[in-house]
Amino acid sequence: MSDATGTAPAGAPTIHPIPSGTRDVLPDEMRELRAITATALEVFTRAGYGEVQTPALEYEDTLARGDVRGAPPVYRLFDEQGRVLVLRSDMTVPIARLVATRFANAEPPLRLCYLAHAYRGVRPQRGQSREFLQAGIELVGAEAPGGTAEALTLLCDVLDAVGLADYRIGLGDVGLYQALLDGYGVEGAARERVLHELVTRDFVGLEREVAALGLDAEAAALLARVPQLRGGPEVLAGLDGQAAEAAEGMRSVYALLEPRVAERLIFDLGLVRSLGYYTGAIFQVYDPALGVPIGGGGRYDELLGRFGRPLPAVGFALNVERLHIALAGEERGERGA
Amino acid sequence: MSDNRLMIAVPRGALLKETLNLLDAIGVDTAEVRSNDRKLLFRDVGIITMRPSDVPTYVEAGSADIGVTGKDVLIEQGEREVYELLDLGYGGCTMVLASVAGDDPMEEARRRLGMMRIATKYPKIAARHFAATGRQAEMVEVKGSVELAPLTGLADGIVDLTATGTTLRENGLVVREEIVVCTARLIANPVSHKLKAAAIDELLERVRAA
Repeated sequence: MSDATGTAPAGAPTIHPIPSGTRDVLPDEMRELRAITATALEVFTRAGYGEVQTPALEYEDTLARGDVRGAPPVYRLFDEQGRVLVLRSDMTVPIARLVATRFANAEPPLRLCYLAHAYRGVRPQRGQSREFLQAGIELVGAEAPGGTAEALTLLCDVLDAVGLADYRIGLGDVGLYQALLDGYGVEGAARERVLHELVTRDFVGLEREVAALGLDAEAAALLARVPQLRGGPEVLAGLDGQAAEAAEGMRSVYALLEPRVAERLIFDLGLVRSLGYYTGAIFQVYDPALGVPIGGGGRYDELLGRFGRPLPAVGFALNVERLHIALAGEERGERGA
Repeated sequence: MSDNRLMIAVPRGALLKETLNLLDAIGVDTAEVRSNDRKLLFRDVGIITMRPSDVPTYVEAGSADIGVTGKDVLIEQGEREVYELLDLGYGGCTMVLASVAGDDPMEEARRRLGMMRIATKYPKIAARHFAATGRQAEMVEVKGSVELAPLTGLADGIVDLTATGTTLRENGLVVREEIVVCTARLIANPVSHKLKAAAIDELLERVRAA
């Protein structure tokens, strides 16, 4: 075992480690990554999105104000005045801060895009780096469903432009299941237990917790079944009563989409995303060549208000490294997921 | 490129027989798997075989769309991003805390030394159990034959999975506490769960009816 401080045997290369979950990018890979990011920026710019940059370091309070529960910052340090700084775990919150302070009086909508690294405490593996590059957009001041439809269309534009062929976009709504729980008066600790099973993707546990609520059989069946529904437009058509009402937001977005975007959609009533600031439509990008989502986004209509400029907003981010792996997988014709 | 066929990760070992019986019952041909216990990949029928603790690894990465493994494995590897779709009901086992019969050596270790040494293949489940019950314990991770540890002084007790308790009894060990009951579960890759929804739901229906 040799490292930067140890003594290597004669002739052996000296090893200077880099932090867990980070990596170097060498020219062959960099060339391909650059082609992806250049294309993405070109598509964003052509659609009227202006590129911005924010500091990699933010005050811890800034990210906490944005509610990044589920993807909290893990790298912390102090500045010379003892204030706590973090490496951003997300770009949407820094951009919300930027909009509220630099564009305090600008006429909405605002269209911004970025190419930036974010940092999370993930378990390092391929496509899962602790420092990862995101290409994304934020559309601020555009309400649902119009703004959501614009973001989904741009998402398809950029994936088409980089040459990903078989991708699909899962569309859900964070409010949908909450509305059902509200409707049946499920509150407090029992509600937390049900949501915990949903977030941890445990449908066995979900059925157990729903059964424990003591609701009538029809209500219990609905609460256990709805999060497992995903598929084409027939999924929405098959809903009735409370569930149909709760899915109205998804239906209104779908109605605005061009066919080439609409046909990429999978309606996913059980979709959950880790970040805490989402308020309505949420989406995730899947490709058969990769076992994990390539990116995602959603509406965050209350986030800007926390920074003093209440405006509805929607955005998405693509994980460039994962997009690259999926493109390479499609090229090789890999089955993957 | 990706068709709608599912690749199923099947666990070798204690869950193998009932898993193959279930697959037969829902119309998957398992004859070749049964007749060949060295081969690992059965592409024609969409089956790969592996040890149960590797099933979440293959399913999380998308190398298999769905898989069968024990709840014990899923709890121990709780960080894996997979969907848990169904409790298959078979393979019922209990995660227990056991030590040599007679006066409990764990109790003496706790009282006089402040903490116990526990040998286990499930360090996370064991550590969580002791933390939840307010006791200090050191986990000694072993890969097999956990029963040996308390007999040789390596540990004061063990946390392990038992179906009938026979192995424990034969080694002079008695169950002190039951931690959790574990059965076989059907799991799915999150991306496959969306992209192959129809195939997965249809398989779920057949499993429920089997």
